[in-house]
Amino acid sequence: MNDMTAIAIPDGSKPDHWATDQEVRWCPGCGDYAILKAVQRTMPEIGAKPENTVFVSGIGCSSRFPYYMETYGFHTIHGRAPTIATGIKLANPELDVWIITGDGDGLSIGGNHMLHLLRRNLDVQLLLFNNEIYGLTKGQASPTSRTGTKSPSTPFGSVDRPVNPCAFALGAGGRFIARTIDTAQKHIPTILKRAHANKGTSFVEIYQNCIVYNDDVFAAFTDKKNAANTQLWAEHGKPLLFANGTKGLRLNTATVELEVIDIIEGATEVVLIHDETNRMLAQLLIDMPFGEFPMALGVLYCDPAPSFETAVIEQNHAVAKGKKADLNALIRKGQSWTVHDAATHKM
Amino acid sequence: MATALKDNFESSARLSNHPDAVVVRFAGDSGDGMQLTGGQFTLSSALAGNDFSTFPDFPAEIRAPQGTTFGVSAFQVNFGSSDIETAGDQPDVLIAMNPAALKTNVGDLRPGGLVIADTGEFGQRNLAKAGYTVSPIDDNSLARWQVLAFDISALTLEAVKPFGLGNKEALRCKNMWTLGLSLWMFDRDRAPLIAWLQDKFAKNPVLADANIAALNAGHAYGETAEIGGPLRQWTVDAASVEPGYYRTITGGESLSLGLVAGARLAGLDLFLGSYPITPASPILHALARLKEFGVTSFQAEDEIAAIGAAIGASYAGQLGVTSSSGPGIALKGEAIGLAIITELPLVIVNSQRGGPSTGLPTKTEQSDLYQAIYGRNGDAPLVVLSTSSPTDCFDVAIEAVRLATQFMTPVMLLTDGYIANAAQPWLVPDMDDYEPFPVVFHTEAPAEGKFNPYQRDAETLKRVWVKPGTPGLTHRIGGIEKGFDTGNINYEAANHQKMTDTRANKILGIANHIPDQDIDQGAAGGKLVVVGWGSTYGPIRKAVEAARARGLDVSHIHIRYLWPLPKNLGDLLKSFDKILVPEMNTGQLKTVLRDQYLVDAKPLNKVSGQPFKIAEIEAAIDAELARKG
Repeated sequence: MNDMTAIAIPDGSKPDHWATDQEVRWCPGCGDYAILKAVQRTMPEIGAKPENTVFVSGIGCSSRFPYYMETYGFHTIHGRAPTIATGIKLANPELDVWIITGDGDGLSIGGNHMLHLLRRNLDVQLLLFNNEIYGLTKGQASPTSRTGTKSPSTPFGSVDRPVNPCAFALGAGGRFIARTIDTAQKHIPTILKRAHANKGTSFVEIYQNCIVYNDDVFAAFTDKKNAANTQLWAEHGKPLLFANGTKGLRLNTATVELEVIDIIEGATEVVLIHDETNRMLAQLLIDMPFGEFPMALGVLYCDPAPSFETAVIEQNHAVAKGKKADLNALIRKGQSWTVHDAATHKM
Repeated sequence: MATALKDNFESSARLSNHPDAVVVRFAGDSGDGMQLTGGQFTLSSALAGNDFSTFPDFPAEIRAPQGTTFGVSAFQVNFGSSDIETAGDQPDVLIAMNPAALKTNVGDLRPGGLVIADTGEFGQRNLAKAGYTVSPIDDNSLARWQVLAFDISALTLEAVKPFGLGNKEALRCKNMWTLGLSLWMFDRDRAPLIAWLQDKFAKNPVLADANIAALNAGHAYGETAEIGGPLRQWTVDAASVEPGYYRTITGGESLSLGLVAGARLAGLDLFLGSYPITPASPILHALARLKEFGVTSFQAEDEIAAIGAAIGASYAGQLGVTSSSGPGIALKGEAIGLAIITELPLVIVNSQRGGPSTGLPTKTEQSDLYQAIYGRNGDAPLVVLSTSSPTDCFDVAIEAVRLATQFMTPVMLLTDGYIANAAQPWLVPDMDDYEPFPVVFHTEAPAEGKFNPYQRDAETLKRVWVKPGTPGLTHRIGGIEKGFDTGNINYEAANHQKMTDTRANKILGIANHIPDQDIDQGAAGGKLVVVGWGSTYGPIRKAVEAARARGLDVSHIHIRYLWPLPKNLGDLLKSFDKILVPEMNTGQLKTVLRDQYLVDAKPLNKVSGQPFKIAEIEAAIDAELARKG
């Protein structure tokens, strides 16, 4: 790369190298800043190259993200980032594509595309910033808002039930599902690295605090003071413990439900070991009602399957193999005849 | 019966034994194989050297209840020794496989024309389903036409008896029996059809033999039956056509091949994002098979995803194409705006059908012109092209690719259900005669300072096309107003004015890079010009030809470039006293012409789901010339 260009990023780049000259225009204190920082920190760690990286977004606060990453970027239209990412990846599978979306963009107006992205398993990283509110349109209830959410569009409280993003992703056939928190600066890069390593749609839900329209909606489990008791960080092959190892999860085999048990004197034999390839366990962790249970975070499910663009390109190659792309021959196919001479018409 | 009809036949205006052209319509139940029969009959006409044009007319229902009027499927072919431009105003011969087919089609038949009906299907049940209380064959209600009614079903069963088929399977050979008779009527060679049947039923030789036997029996029936009267042979000479290699081609096939050819000429791989919709699906089906030509086809989850993926592919450096019909194009509207503001190449094919809403999925119309030119939020200009016939689709598709890639713009290509399904003989071109227009991607990083993704060519105003993956040129684009040059978000008033003007001027400037409008027939200037676009080409051409043969001062202009319009069009229109605009809509091009040129364009509109008849346009020409003022 030409060192003269302002946007040349040296090998072993620092996070700052991934920032653009554009002024970041999120509200002061917005959780998006923390996520941006974490993504910029992750880029050097995964050995990303700016020219091979594309950030694609829809519409909403989170979707401004591409403007702040010194990579290729496409800020598209509401809900449609997965569709544009699909075209990009099918046209050039070498590109490393990240989709940035939110709860409204990804699960409401773009819910259909989310479903099909996940079932096809296109090789992209999808970061869903969930703040349970429409921020950019000034605070209406979103599809993840809890029942009873008061907002300008639901002044008497919302009456519809929210969607659980990770449950949606799992139901849609997603093969990599992770959950984290905007302020978990240590954990986000770990999860992003895992998401990046997975070949397929890596679905990462990030609880993101909207300081203006939905402040502290996640405080019950994001509050640092209480984090140990309210957060359960799942790690593959390790027991599902929280509260500094004093509590754990056990499967009640009679009811096929999880239950919280106290760990007495380190006796963890009955605690479930996290198996991220176990879809049933992922479902149980995702569905745990918060309060009675801690919030399950980390890589909840990872069971890789062939990615969509690989399958498409393999078929394209297989079908084309041995065939000559002769356009003149192609257009001459079909029911044909030759008129030899203008004077004699019969063939 | 034959004797009585013979008298009637003699007294009617009718075909000579040696006509210039004949129009035959095959009509039957959806399950009777009429499209196949018509297609094969067309091929036999092509092989006999006739020029031809076809009009398949089938119901929206896949398997409508048997015997009902709404389940009738018809295929019309006009073939002859003269220049054929339409599927024909009125059939000369109607082959009706059941009462419903007779009922829904006989009204179109030319007075004195010939009806061939299968009485085996004229039982009480089928008559009732078609709404007849008495068989029309018996009550003299068909007196205006020649009727040849006999039990084709029984004759078919007899012919295929040796093959031991079940009754249902045996009766399915009826269409081949009818085709055999038709081949005899026009003195056609059976050999290619026999070869085709052997190939089609290669895995089931019994079915092949049964169908061939039915075909032969129908042919023999014509040869040996001493019915006389209406059943006789006609001789239709071969057309005087340019020597060369011909094939039959539908508009759907021609357009698909044109897109592939265009992509090759641009040096690009082609990406089609599409969602199934009538009558556009044949393009998806055709392109899905052409992977060795660098084609990736993607059947998306919906119309929006289809165009979204096409835009993504264009962004990544392929030729993005999306194909749909009016309702689908409506869904794509916002994404088309994104392609306009990000100034990416994109070809959007609209195979128009009757609207609004779901409208008439299988019937033709050209009522999406406003949608194409104006149908988006904001000032959102793009290029609009139209195809005028099945064979024309090939070159127009190439032109759409050229303009999209050379000017970094979406191009809307308007075709319609009639063109998509109709077939014509095509003098196949040599691709080596086409001038390539290779795309040059921008790869050079600026020596200093930032790269500006919206830097433009000073003359054409097109911006640079950079493929992600190119080192040193990382940049961001999107749907928010761009800063001139930089492409960064910019809300400034003066910038929006400048960008809106630039987008409009870029498209208008394309008028400098397209051919001047030509005159299809007649002089530049005079009493009347008939101005058309799209699939009205055939009937307008023939109507103007006929009017001019009668000494009338009328010319024909057919517009391919609908936006931007050719530079000389205004002057050309103003050189005529009167302007008549026939359209299969309520007057959309008429409005555009009035708006652009302040000319008194008069509409001639038809929205019946059927193409114009030549006679309808000729009558309008007469009326317009007779009108004072």
